[in-house]
Amino acid sequence: MSKDMFKVGSYEFTSRLIVGSGKYKDFETTKLATEAADAEMITVAVRRVNITEADKENLLDYIDPKKYTILPNTAGCFNAEDAIRTLRLAREAGGWDLVKLEVLGDTQTLYPNVVETIKAAEVLVKEGFQVMVYTNDDPIVATRLEEIGCVAVMPLGNPIGSGRGLANPFNIRVIKERANVPIVVDAGIGTASDAAKSMELGADAVLINTAIAEAKNECLMAEAMRDAVRGGRKAFLAGRMQKRAFASASSPSEGYIWD
Amino acid sequence: MKIQLNGEEKEIAATTVAQLIAELGLETRMLAVECDLEVVAKSAYATTALKEGNRIEIVHMIGGG
Repeated sequence: MSKDMFKVGSYEFTSRLIVGSGKYKDFETTKLATEAADAEMITVAVRRVNITEADKENLLDYIDPKKYTILPNTAGCFNAEDAIRTLRLAREAGGWDLVKLEVLGDTQTLYPNVVETIKAAEVLVKEGFQVMVYTNDDPIVATRLEEIGCVAVMPLGNPIGSGRGLANPFNIRVIKERANVPIVVDAGIGTASDAAKSMELGADAVLINTAIAEAKNECLMAEAMRDAVRGGRKAFLAGRMQKRAFASASSPSEGYIWD
Repeated sequence: MKIQLNGEEKEIAATTVAQLIAELGLETRMLAVECDLEVVAKSAYATTALKEGNRIEIVHMIGGG
């Protein structure tokens, strides 16, 4: 079988597990878990430098931008304008054009604000960004975002950080079947089976942060997610058997010793 | 002069963005600068003059999902 690459815009990856870098207890753990996940792409947030602590160590002292594709996000943005400002700054900081756009609706649900997301995507695509966009599990919105020119659509499985798995697996499948760009399940994955299920449904990749960062053993969970994504992907490519209402014996129904 | 730096008023000696970054000890950092809502290109740090009351944002990358 030829190598099963994950292509997003002009980028190509072997790994289909994208990781976040938030919520870890320290940078060393972030680094070790990212390695354990075999990830090639890692999200980062853009925030003000604390000017009174200029010499404090930074995430990128541990996560080497030469080794990983850095995916700046717009976490914490609640309108298109802030998201656009944030990503323009990120592009200047590191030269990154592959970005994660997320515009949120409110702090309680962290559900996407789809109207603002669409507005921001239109501007960012025109400015030459390769936009991977976080959105609802809504097939119509997914299609709209693809039409705008986003390089990947990333529907949520469940709210960010909730770890509740896939609320609506059917919609993930519908989104995937209609899409001509990669579909990444982003948010809601809680454990390995959620990641495997996402991949079995046909998702091109998954994006996981909290489920790894809040596991008791972060590196072991990172490995579990890595294996689940690989297993789920292979199962999808292999093509699963049809489900049946009744049993179907696995052993031949002939040659019995009592016949 | 006084500028608004990352949301707080600050008295600075620097007169350009390059000098400001040096004054803050941030030369080795991977960061980006915004002046009055416009991104300042790295190549323009030395030639971008600061003015009294400029709203400057200096950002960097931190952990996030």
